[in-house]
Parts: sequence; C-alpha cells; structure tokens
Amino acid sequence: MLKEEEIRTFIDGATNYFEISAQQAATVGSPYLVTDGNPGAYEYTGVIGISGSRKGVVYFSAPRGMLTVLLMRMQETDTSDENIKDLVGEVANTISGNARRDFGKNFVISVPTVIAHDLNKVTAPHSRSYVIPINWRTHSAKLVVCLE
Amino acid sequence: MIVDDSNIIRRRIERSQQIARLEVVGAASNGREAVELFRRTQPDVVTMDLTMPEMDGVECVQELVAINSKVLILVVSALADKATAVDAIEKGANGFLCKPFTDRQLNEALEELLSEA
Repeated sequence: MLKEEEIRTFIDGATNYFEISAQQAATVGSPYLVTDGNPGAYEYTGVIGISGSRKGVVYFSAPRGMLTVLLMRMQETDTSDENIKDLVGEVANTISGNARRDFGKNFVISVPTVIAHDLNKVTAPHSRSYVIPINWRTHSAKLVVCLE
Repeated sequence: MIVDDSNIIRRRIERSQQIARLEVVGAASNGREAVELFRRTQPDVVTMDLTMPEMDGVECVQELVAINSKVLILVVSALADKATAVDAIEKGANGFLCKPFTDRQLNEALEELLSEA
C-alpha cells in the first residue's frame, strides 16, 4: 500500500524528467488504483524491479510517438527501435532512482527490463497498482507503481 | 571516458560536453568493460553511471582508482539519495551529478571536477 506522499514522489519524478530532459513540462492526471493486477501498457515499457525496503515494480509505459519526439527533444537523431527501447528503460530508471531521495538507500532498483510490442507480457506482481497518467504534448503515457 | 549502460546517455554526454580541453576517448556500457577500456586508453576524466549490469558503478570507481589514483570521476546517476553520493565519493569519485540533467549542469559539473585537478 502506498501513502499519498509516496505517490507524490513518483509524480514529482515524472514531471521533473520531462521538464529537464525535454525542457517541456508534462501534466499528470489523477492517479488511480487498479486492483485486478492488470494496470495496462503502451507499446514500449521500461520495468524496474524494486527490492530491499520495498518490493515490487515501477514501470513507465509509452507509445512510440511520444518516445520518438522525446528523443528528438533531447537532440538525439537516432530514433531506431533500439534507442526507443533504451529511452523507455532510462525514463523508468531515472524516475525510480530519483525516488530514493525520499525512500532512502534501501529502496533498491534493478537495471531496466524493456518489453516492446507485446502488451500481454506487461504484468504487475501484485493485484494492487497505482497508475499515474502522464500527458505530454499530444501523447499519453503511464507510470505504474506496484509496491508491497 | 563515458560509462553508462544507456546508449542515449553515452551519446548525450559526448554531444553535450563543451569543454575544449576534454576529448572523449571511449565509452563503456558496464563496469567490466570500463575497467578494460580504462587500462587501454588511460583517460584523465571519467563519467560514471552507478546502476549497470555486470559490474556496478561504485565497484568500478574503486577499480579505476586502484589503477590510477589521480583519475577524476564524475558520477552521473539517477540514484538521488545522499547516502549513495557519499558512498561514491568515499570510494574515490570526485563529484556527483543527478539524472536527469541539463547540458549546462553537465558542463558545470565537469568544470568543477577539472578545477580540482
């Protein structure tokens, strides 16, 4: 179960990422709770395993269009599938790593695992997940936080 | 030398660093590769990610400092807790830059690192 201020940590991490990396703010919709173990995903998902003081996953999922524009905003000219996958993993890694500012050193994050083109493979380890909708330019993405 | 498991970040650092006296001699995607590249290229300055496969950044910092104690290492990591930064500095890193970062923040961090030399 996540506390309200813990959800705020991830919201801040997501908005901070877009503001600094893309130099263009994202807006965040109201976070909501999913209880059926299926928070959903877009075409590309970067998954970070969490261990230590908390257990579960944090994942960032976005469509190719958003990730391509984000790469371009970062002055990256190579928008190949490999780089798109690299980016979605890096976004998940950065938001999760930044959360240690509040969660502390024992919030241990894994290297990213990337799931692309197969929405059925994206699953949450527990039935309850918080979904944070992220809107940037004309695109929508989601940050999913599923922690014990 | 740039060490990061993300190709995007490696390219970003190479593209964004604008310090005339720095030239990128190579890039590695994990700590083990970094140690090998370090022995071959003997760089003066290293940017170092922490969360990487094979060998993580803190272990790599220790290995690089053991090879050349004068190397300047800027840790560039998303791990934003103070304890991690302190740990990296205690293991031999000279500076810490938190991801995400702007080009300006990267160049300022590198300038500060070089001013220690």
